[in-house]
Amino acid sequence: MDILNALVAFANFVLVPGTAYGAQLALGALGVTLIYGILRFSNFAHGDTMAFGTMFVVLITAAMKSVGISFGPLPTALLALPFAILCTMALVLITDRTVYRFYRKVKAAPVMLVIVSMGVMFVMNGAVRMIVGTDDRRFADGERFVITARDFKTMTGLSEGLAIRTTQVITVVTAILVVAALFWFLNKTRTGKSMRAYSDNEDLALLSGINPERVVTITWLIVAALATIAGTLYGLDKSFKPFIYMQLLLPIFASAIVGGLGSPLGAIAGGFVIAFSEVTLTYAFKKVVTYLGPDGWAPDGLVQLLSTDYKFAVSFAILIIVLLFKPTGLFKGKSV
Amino acid sequence: MSQSHIQTSNTANRAPLYFGVMAALIIAVGVLQSWNSALFILNMGLISAIMALGVNLQWGFAGLFNVGVMGFVALGGLAVVLVSTSPVGEAWQAGGLRVLLALAIGIGAIVGAIVLWKKLAKGTLRSVIIAAWLIAGFFIFRAVFDPAVAAIEAVNPAISGNLGGLGLPVLIAWPVGGLFAAGAAWLVAKTALGLRSDYLAIATLGIAEIIIAVLKNEDWLGRGVKNVIGLPRPVPYEIDLQQSEWFIGFAQNIGADPVTASSIFVKLCYAGLFLAVIFLLITAMQLALNSPWGRMMRAIRDNEVSSEAMGKNVTGRHLQIFVLGAAICGLAGAMMTTLDGQLTPSSYQPLRFTFLVWVMVIVGGSGNNWGAVLGGLFIWFLWVEVEPIGRFVAEVVTSGMADDNIIKETILDRMVYIRPLTMGLVLLFVLRFNPRGLLPER
Repeated sequence: MDILNALVAFANFVLVPGTAYGAQLALGALGVTLIYGILRFSNFAHGDTMAFGTMFVVLITAAMKSVGISFGPLPTALLALPFAILCTMALVLITDRTVYRFYRKVKAAPVMLVIVSMGVMFVMNGAVRMIVGTDDRRFADGERFVITARDFKTMTGLSEGLAIRTTQVITVVTAILVVAALFWFLNKTRTGKSMRAYSDNEDLALLSGINPERVVTITWLIVAALATIAGTLYGLDKSFKPFIYMQLLLPIFASAIVGGLGSPLGAIAGGFVIAFSEVTLTYAFKKVVTYLGPDGWAPDGLVQLLSTDYKFAVSFAILIIVLLFKPTGLFKGKSV
Repeated sequence: MSQSHIQTSNTANRAPLYFGVMAALIIAVGVLQSWNSALFILNMGLISAIMALGVNLQWGFAGLFNVGVMGFVALGGLAVVLVSTSPVGEAWQAGGLRVLLALAIGIGAIVGAIVLWKKLAKGTLRSVIIAAWLIAGFFIFRAVFDPAVAAIEAVNPAISGNLGGLGLPVLIAWPVGGLFAAGAAWLVAKTALGLRSDYLAIATLGIAEIIIAVLKNEDWLGRGVKNVIGLPRPVPYEIDLQQSEWFIGFAQNIGADPVTASSIFVKLCYAGLFLAVIFLLITAMQLALNSPWGRMMRAIRDNEVSSEAMGKNVTGRHLQIFVLGAAICGLAGAMMTTLDGQLTPSSYQPLRFTFLVWVMVIVGGSGNNWGAVLGGLFIWFLWVEVEPIGRFVAEVVTSGMADDNIIKETILDRMVYIRPLTMGLVLLFVLRFNPRGLLPER
């Protein structure tokens, strides 16, 4: 029986990675939920928007490194991020003006916009692959760890190590800053309030003189920033692989729906619910159980509830459970 | 009035014209590239057309948004393995019955939970009992399932390592593939159909990913990522043809090389089979579309509330059509795996097997069966041919550069991704300027 070591092992393999992943999903889901709240459709192109934004970061980071710019112990990508966000904003606004605006004008059904977003997804998907290819790219540099497993062991004298990577800390810190800024914007500024008003009741908002095109534009700008940040954090934490971002679509949508589509707070909660369930259910608990059990005893199997390849099944199962029992999500989303 | 009359007559003329153009395109590939590639495009195009028919049934007739086509197609592929390969006796002895028992336990646990949910009174106690029941069920399931799977996968892993199939003729696998897909679709529909359309979309997206994950991981079922190759065929093998007297004589008579002739002959056999299936399907679907049932479906699609007020069971009809459409996708999946002669779970990508089918339906004209077939053929043709065209253009543009120039190499290397790019542009242009598709619904 060794509770401390068990706790450390649990933190190292479940808590820390789960928190980072949850923050990434939450940022992704915020983008989806904002589009849903304001433009009223499920944006299938969101995963590929994230890929596009991250691609800009990868390219700008490479350019910065080639002229010798670096960010000391932090990844250079963080310096590249603002420029990449601007590029993504431009891309997203061009897409909106050339593609989506027409359907707003003719007041197309929401499902029409979903199909349109499929087209955008195809285009972005092909474009990203044509520009950077499909190779796995690691673009994180600087210090790799905040605490390495060995340092932790010597520090505490425990036999189990706790490693915290720089990217994980950056992910969580950035996510907190971004979310705080977003909520301040939505709740305190005039523009943010007009956005929420528009999301709540379009007709009433129009009557009170809110300019819908302006609200839509600002939404796209915020979504571009969120998508780029989410994609970059995910890419820094793991690596940049264009096709992964399309696969992220499912957990991101699951997070947004579990939290309640259209509810920013729900998106964050949903992101963490999905992330922790995925990591917990697919982690092999052998080590933790060994520490908790009597001395000299170890379980036969891996004590893994599900193989890691079934992580999609986890997001799916949670999605279904929430939909069956609470169809509008944990934080009352809207239902169109 | 007169204008609408002109429009319908235009539409009526359009179909033969477009199909004529499509035939000309495929013949052009035959003349310019090779008849083998032309027939490859035709065969896969026909299969794509069937997938498009399935999605069209769901979307065009009923307005149901299914983005899980890939999963149903893959289930059809699994059916081919489970029906047509020969059983692995040793593996069955090692753990076949135990796996079946485990699956029965799993299903029993879920059904039991549903029964408990309905029987017990509402409250915390019910939740606790059901949670305990499910957790216990899961662990019993794993306790029976894991050793059985390990035993099966240990049997001759290099060649089999799975239970094998029933050893039946491969054509039987086609309807079975449809049944498999229908079963999965029924489960999805039961849970997600009563909910909003977006939720159905995400639910189907999820189920498709799960089906692929099962195919990749459950080696005892279809060998997982080790793939199943050499599946039986409904048509003769090239090598047998090349050795048979009559075929050599036949090839000499038409003045062709027996090797090429045999491969073309085999592809023509497939094309004949596929055409027969399409013919049957489209006849059935046209009859359905023009029957009271079809009118009711369109009425439901166009206004759910008023149809419900007229006493139509909207959810029930949706369930019906969702399952039927998925079954057609499963049938197409089984046909595709038969044509390929192998099941490779890692080749199933949502872009290719879900979203591309959607492009086919929208471009062809949703709500029109002939449109779906045309869209299937045309988009598949474009998907295959846009890469060599792009490559050709890129080579002309970069002809000034040396062959080992890194820029030239990269450009040529990435030309393959022009496919999704083109498909997206085609979809966006059609949606914007001709949203009803090439052959609009009448």
